[in-house]
Amino acid sequence: MDMPRYERIWMNIGIGSLIIFLIILGILAFGMGIHPPDSLEQTANPETIDIYPPFDQPGVYQTGPNEYEVIMTSFIFSYEPREIRVPLGAKIHFKATSKDVVHGLYVPNTNINLMLVPGHVTEYTYTFDEPGEHLFLCHEYCGTGHQLMQGRIIVYDPENTST
Amino acid sequence: MVNTKRGFGSSLVPLSDFSFEEPDRKLILYHLGFAFFVLFLGILAGLFQTLQRAGLITLPVQLGYYQLLTAHGVLLALVFTTIFIIGFLYSGVAKTMDGRLVPAARVLGWIGYIMMVIGSIMATYAILVNEATVLYTFYAPLKASPTFYFGLALLVVGSWISGAGIFTNYGSWRKRNKGKESPLFAFMAVAIMILWIHASLFVAIEVVFQLIPWSLGLVERVDVTLSRTLFWYFGHALVYFWLLPAYVYWYVNIPKIVGGKILSSALPRLTFLLFILFSIPVGFHHQLNEPGIESFWKYLQVVLTMAVIVPSLLTAFSLIGTFELAGREKGAKGLFGWVKKLPYGDARFFAPFVAMVIFIVGGAGGVVLASYQMNSTVHNTWFVTGHFHMTLASSVVLTFFGISIWLIPVLSKRKLTPFMNRLGIIQAIIWAAGMVLLSGTMHIVGLLGAPRRSSFSTYGDHEVALGWIPYYYVIAVGGALLTIAMLLFVYMAFHLMFIAPRTDRVIEYPIGEVYEKAQRPPKILERWSVWVGLSILLSIIAYAVPIIDMIQHSPPGSLPYEPW
Repeated sequence: MDMPRYERIWMNIGIGSLIIFLIILGILAFGMGIHPPDSLEQTANPETIDIYPPFDQPGVYQTGPNEYEVIMTSFIFSYEPREIRVPLGAKIHFKATSKDVVHGLYVPNTNINLMLVPGHVTEYTYTFDEPGEHLFLCHEYCGTGHQLMQGRIIVYDPENTST
Repeated sequence: MVNTKRGFGSSLVPLSDFSFEEPDRKLILYHLGFAFFVLFLGILAGLFQTLQRAGLITLPVQLGYYQLLTAHGVLLALVFTTIFIIGFLYSGVAKTMDGRLVPAARVLGWIGYIMMVIGSIMATYAILVNEATVLYTFYAPLKASPTFYFGLALLVVGSWISGAGIFTNYGSWRKRNKGKESPLFAFMAVAIMILWIHASLFVAIEVVFQLIPWSLGLVERVDVTLSRTLFWYFGHALVYFWLLPAYVYWYVNIPKIVGGKILSSALPRLTFLLFILFSIPVGFHHQLNEPGIESFWKYLQVVLTMAVIVPSLLTAFSLIGTFELAGREKGAKGLFGWVKKLPYGDARFFAPFVAMVIFIVGGAGGVVLASYQMNSTVHNTWFVTGHFHMTLASSVVLTFFGISIWLIPVLSKRKLTPFMNRLGIIQAIIWAAGMVLLSGTMHIVGLLGAPRRSSFSTYGDHEVALGWIPYYYVIAVGGALLTIAMLLFVYMAFHLMFIAPRTDRVIEYPIGEVYEKAQRPPKILERWSVWVGLSILLSIIAYAVPIIDMIQHSPPGSLPYEPW
């Protein structure tokens, strides 16, 4: 197929920059380990999930010197826990799932953007670098009360006890 | 016989003796009529959504926000698009292949049409009686009534039968014209229906084998991740099914309107074939943020998603090339003089031209969304809704308006009057302004964190959520403008169909001619088995392992829920 010279130049520039772009995404993903939330870990039946660990006791647990684990369940139309308190600068591992339909866990203005699919556990690690009260909400339609499904993450500064 | 008279803007509006045969005319008109009726209902639902979400109105208790949202999505994204597209493709196939459809194609066209209409009515009924408030993506384990799923299955199977009509017509023409290259329009119509049937086969599998038995209570549980994966196998190809008919108009019809030539007969065909290949094995980019799919496969599908940039760049070059040659033919000087020579006063050109400009922005937003990591900043926010209102609802729908303004009078054998043409331009401007306000603001407020698909909420008066509300007012203004543009369009369609003066010499059905120096397309481009085979192969590479994984490691499945 013949292609005019200018078109060939145009296509080469386009395809070239596309390849560079994809290589950058690949390096970020597989070289630096920056992936979207993901987990292949299976859970039991979503309706009985709160009988077995870890989801029998949702909450915030300290797992290391500056590391915390948030065990969270979501259900129509709320979360457990609904209020999470973590220190500034700590590594927070989220482990969350749904007890019924598909929900979301989204903290606006952060990269915490998780889909919670019944039967699966979604995992994601994040470090808050700003103190304050962050809103989290459900961003996958789950029924008439979807817009009410929310909670708060309170990030406190351990050096400053007044917060 | 064609004669030309001075027309709208700087373009010539040729009149012609061509008219569709009565059965073809009727078939196409019924498609358009039903599509426009659905467009009217769907946009009304959209208007009430924008007002409710901004907190400006309270909906009556019998009618929920999410019910309207489901109606809006199903009616516009699934029903309007599919039926309009099939009507338009039938018109072009008839026009470019001997001016008429073969009898078998007509029969298949009617069977497909009737099935699609019945299916649409069933699905809409289920939504109206509040038995299917599951949105147009119907994610399990939200469970709609069987009527909804049967309706959708009829819509999809009906569209396959319509597709079979296009294949039949094409096959018959090729048998009668051995060795000739097929008309570009018909080639593209075949490519679109191949893409559509391959992709929708998998949503049909989801609906028929997973959701219907489960909705009827024959099986207790459904595999949620598998159902979402089957949906998105179809779901991204769906957007190319919307877009490609607009591309057909841009590639094939518009060159004639601007007085230019189609630059190449081979490259547009290659473009459409690449879309068949790269629009299906890419659905995981809608599922990047969910568990149960290994990162490697998500990344692989991101790479395949981005490959559609190649046919998009080919298209951009081709269209601009056509415009430049047309402008230079009219005496344009300098590097960009041709820009001034385009027929902006011609609604047949103006609406799709605005569509093209908006599509550049829309496409860039799509790159953001499909970027493996960056998606986390906007996934399921209003950015996503903004994106497909910029691509589908602006670019594609504006092009469909541009098509309708001449296709209706060709079919009704009436005059496209200068007044209607002017109204068409005003209508396109109002629509574009409404969409830019609506989708542009959705992009911005999505970046600020506002979730998509959500009824009015201040989230306990959290300051971040309160900051979104002013943007919601702007979106509601956009919604109001769009409603005005829609009413104007309905009036125009009615006028061109029933009121405009009758004529024997109707406006020409514009079909562009290929540039004399263009090469004949290589035979391989029309050997469909090769391209279908490649498409299946790519899908197997992208999907086989993750789907087997899903089935092998599936959780016990989910019970049905109806939380509305």
